[in-house]
Amino acid sequence: MASFECTKSDLQNISSSDGKAKTDSPSGGVIYRARPASWSWTSFLLTGLVVVFLGTFLVLPLIVVFAEAFRQGGRVYLAAISDPEALMAMRLTLLVALSVLVLNTVFGLAAAWCLGKFRFAGRQIITALIDLPISVSPVVVGLLLVLVHGRHGWLGGFLESHGLRIIFATPGIVLATAFVTLPLVARELIPMMEAQGTEQEEAARLLGANGWQVFFYVTLPNIRWALLYGVVLCTARAMGEFGAVSVVSGHIRGLTTTLPLHVEILYNEYRFSAAFAVASLLTLIGLVSLVAKTLLQRIARQRTAPRHRIA
Amino acid sequence: MNQNGFHRFLRQRSVLPGFGLTLGMTVAYLGVMVLLPFAALIGFLTTGTEGWSALREPRVWAAIRLSLGGALIAASIDAVLGLLTAWVLVRYRFPGRRLLDALVDLPFALPTAVSGIALTTLFAPNGWLGGLLHHFGVQVAFTQLGILVALVFIGVPFVVRAVQPAIEDLDPECEEAAISLGAGRWTTFRRVIFPALWPSVLTGFAMAFARAVGEYGSVIFIAGNMPNRTEIAPLLIVIKLEQYDYHSAAVIATVMLLASLGVLLAVGVLQNWSQPWQKAATA
Repeated sequence: MASFECTKSDLQNISSSDGKAKTDSPSGGVIYRARPASWSWTSFLLTGLVVVFLGTFLVLPLIVVFAEAFRQGGRVYLAAISDPEALMAMRLTLLVALSVLVLNTVFGLAAAWCLGKFRFAGRQIITALIDLPISVSPVVVGLLLVLVHGRHGWLGGFLESHGLRIIFATPGIVLATAFVTLPLVARELIPMMEAQGTEQEEAARLLGANGWQVFFYVTLPNIRWALLYGVVLCTARAMGEFGAVSVVSGHIRGLTTTLPLHVEILYNEYRFSAAFAVASLLTLIGLVSLVAKTLLQRIARQRTAPRHRIA
Repeated sequence: MNQNGFHRFLRQRSVLPGFGLTLGMTVAYLGVMVLLPFAALIGFLTTGTEGWSALREPRVWAAIRLSLGGALIAASIDAVLGLLTAWVLVRYRFPGRRLLDALVDLPFALPTAVSGIALTTLFAPNGWLGGLLHHFGVQVAFTQLGILVALVFIGVPFVVRAVQPAIEDLDPECEEAAISLGAGRWTTFRRVIFPALWPSVLTGFAMAFARAVGEYGSVIFIAGNMPNRTEIAPLLIVIKLEQYDYHSAAVIATVMLLASLGVLLAVGVLQNWSQPWQKAATA
């Protein structure tokens, strides 16, 4: 790999030779802050490589989704997303996402309170357990749930004799999705609670507030943006989960198919336009979570910047 | 032991309430959601031995090799391209940079099934890129190359997001000092920049690898799923489950889990061992 210097003139080279970059900024204002150097082709090459790489791998798939969804016109698109099976899948997806959100938000708040505000033995074990689901394959998550709750699993026989079915039913889909998204809210909140310290809460306690008052009037306002981001992230991931849900759902049409599974079914039946139409809805949810992340990061930066100056 | 003494043993005293309640909720939820399934897996593996013979099946062995090898290659490509992407996004200013920066998270945000069908359509022989590559005699979709494309796609953000903060923390003065002392650009990169960045590159590599080993949704559409050739290990787990062959499925899953946890652990140990000053700084 070559070196990494560039000058202002290099970057103007880029903006004048790369048509795509130029349309983004008609004023062509290019600022470079590192340091002056020579070798114009290096920075040109590196930036070009990255633009081509990200363009091919990230932007093109995004365009493909919407191009394919509308290929046969708006009527086919509307028919695909208002199809009764699609509507059932939407309802199930929303139900699952909402249940998972409640579970993981309550868990995230509880975990962040005890891990962020207290020092105790075994803290690191709990943190490691919270992070574990990230590195487990979705398919393995499904398998683990089958081993516990399946007909021949540890609890499956007992639960079934009490009329509670988990695998190939909605509870299994909720459990699988909750496992995959388990760390998302907690991981946003724990560092936040830790960074806030306990002084404000202790002051509130000394002034006579009870536990719930401390939480709602002191802690919650401090963590609300991190909480909101965790909630957005968790919802988006819960709606899009595929592998784990695919294993435990049983693909019973109109009953246990979520939106991603519905996309798979349509695609495997060669109904590509319909598959991409439903996929475009999921893509929009994903894009909303990206925008939310960008906005909330900006808010967080603005809020923390003055505090740093005081400290 | 009375309750007060027990609490004092567990943690430092605090006037804040709710420790017992929140700890209890956390442990209970983790127990049901995480510990119980893993305990079931271990129990399942230790009760019967017939599952381990699955590893001798050529089809199983081929799938595991494909998943681990593919993940290793994909994570290496991600490490190089991710480092490059992070460098350009942090150090250079060009129109559209913020948009590209935000889009790096797309593989996280897009449901894997959607990524899967989009990549397949893009790289199919009649697709936009697939058609172009077809002219040069390269087929991507429904080959091992297609699997690699999907695995690189989902791994990119791990490396970029791990390396970006490290590049932001780099002091340009160090590079300037190196250059003013006569170091060439390559030497500056090799001796000054890379030593400061490689721990974060390695973290990103390990996370991309762990994700790629188990990736399912974005791969199965583009893979073609031919036994022994383009059949990944997670798909084989699904197939074994459909045949009620729980033992083989559990064994394949264990191999995958050990591989990804092993790499994550190895990287953690390597960093602790090589960067004692960093540990001292954060402690």
